[in-house]
Amino acid sequence: MYWDREHETMSREQLRALQLERLQLTIERVYRNVPFYRQRFTEMGIKPSSIRSLEDLRRLPFTTKQDLRDNYPFGLFAVPMSDVVRVHASSGTTGKPTVVGYTRNDINTWAELIARSLVCAGATKFDVVQNAYGYGLFTGGLGLHFGAERLGATVVPVSGGNTQRQLMLMQDFGTTILTCTPSYALYMAEEGQKMGLDFKKLPLKAGIFGAEPWSERMRRQLEEKLDLMALDIYGLSEIMGPGVAMECPAKQGMHIFEDHFIPEIINPDTGEVLPPGEEGELVITTITKEAFPLIRYRTRDITRIDPEPCSCGRTHVRIKRITGRSDDMLIIRGVNVFPSQVESVLLEFGETEPHYLLVVDRKANLDYLEIWVEVAEHMFSDTVRKLEDLEQRLRERIESILGISARVKLVEPNTIPRSEGKAKRVVDRRQI
Amino acid sequence: MKVKQISIFLENKSGRLAQVTRVLGDNGINIRALAIADTTDFGILRLIVNDPDRAYRVLKEAGFTVSATDVIAVEVVDEPGGLAMVLAVLQEANLNIEYLYAFLQKASKAALVVFRVEQLDDAIAALQAKGIRILSGEEVYAL
Repeated sequence: MYWDREHETMSREQLRALQLERLQLTIERVYRNVPFYRQRFTEMGIKPSSIRSLEDLRRLPFTTKQDLRDNYPFGLFAVPMSDVVRVHASSGTTGKPTVVGYTRNDINTWAELIARSLVCAGATKFDVVQNAYGYGLFTGGLGLHFGAERLGATVVPVSGGNTQRQLMLMQDFGTTILTCTPSYALYMAEEGQKMGLDFKKLPLKAGIFGAEPWSERMRRQLEEKLDLMALDIYGLSEIMGPGVAMECPAKQGMHIFEDHFIPEIINPDTGEVLPPGEEGELVITTITKEAFPLIRYRTRDITRIDPEPCSCGRTHVRIKRITGRSDDMLIIRGVNVFPSQVESVLLEFGETEPHYLLVVDRKANLDYLEIWVEVAEHMFSDTVRKLEDLEQRLRERIESILGISARVKLVEPNTIPRSEGKAKRVVDRRQI
Repeated sequence: MKVKQISIFLENKSGRLAQVTRVLGDNGINIRALAIADTTDFGILRLIVNDPDRAYRVLKEAGFTVSATDVIAVEVVDEPGGLAMVLAVLQEANLNIEYLYAFLQKASKAALVVFRVEQLDDAIAALQAKGIRILSGEEVYAL
């Protein structure tokens, strides 16, 4: 079953021709409309006319998250704001988010790609999609929402949280497709079990789970406990949001929608492009986006490309499960967290270089973040009240910056291990 | 009229208190009074010692988070109602007590209560006005 048979199953040759045409248009658009790109290209002696084949792509410079930050908020937009109909944002490392914009066409493309993803999971207009991704600046909620409407399915825009109500709606509305983070789905499964809910009696047929890394072990658990087919979806706000790539029922990786995005895998240390099948950092170039085109965006996600033909008939290559990051970003409950964000908060509170550690754990399928902070002399007070007050102020500030709650634990100086060179800021104890 | 108290931040894990006392012992510092305030994760150890400046230094050198705070040591008659009278004076003067702890003097009929209040000078004035004896640092360290 395909939503857009023409594009999803086009021959590699046709696809490459389409990609080149769209890439050239994109290069021209950013050259004309985005000073940042024009300057970068000029520095490297590249003009839009230099891009004659898809191989020429690798002559172009990378775009990094830092470039997005440097051009905050709208500096990389390629259209006037009057043509931008929506913005989304991901959490930023210093409190400033990464802002992305969409034209009406971009929103349309996104809805199409989500509809494609849903159909890939077997959805039709007769389905009831319970969308438990968060709504708001985060791309998950609204992204899935508009795509499910595009498909004509019935959307339940419940957003994240309030598990009891989620489970009630699931039963009462006859939810057939569940969309949320995999860890939250497992949490729902276990809460349901406790309530004596028999998922085998519910009409759930598929779950579209993304926004955080997960494993085959979690897939087995999800499929067993919720009695559905669990599929992986990939996306990032910088590129679009969910629906950049979607797993098909063959479960051999996620088809990256190559008529809109060109993937490359690079060695994260050297920037060198790696041959198909080798593991490295995923780099994506958008070739249809109007408001916020990105050229060779370094996603920092570690994966590999599988170009082997797929039994589902889709001709787009697949990216394998994301196995890690080439930077220190953590994904906690679907939220991107950088240790540097915590550091910026700690710097606000004290004048010295803070020593801290982020400890992440998963209990009952929920992620917990603990932030250990060494109590420096100037932070120390001989009254419990003041130290607890410090903990609370840190907790509140960190929550407002990260968007998730964390437990702050004050520890004695020199108890956080020092390492030579790059400080170790994260201990991830999660068994995914 | 002020007594220097040494406070130490301690995580709630075994052996930490022992380590503090060992450092002090090895440096020939004698503990006069001690109190611990604790929460789930951490505790604050408060000490009155015979040589607070040196105690501060050696503990800091041993890697502890230490602070020195001024407190007052008040002599309280060691009989029913003794503490109540002192507290009444502070209450009348509208002075808030952050914390207090007590210790007994050797061979004496009086108890000593250590007070930590925000307005230390006001507390001293209020107590002295009622004829309550406040010990000097030197007196306390030498006990």
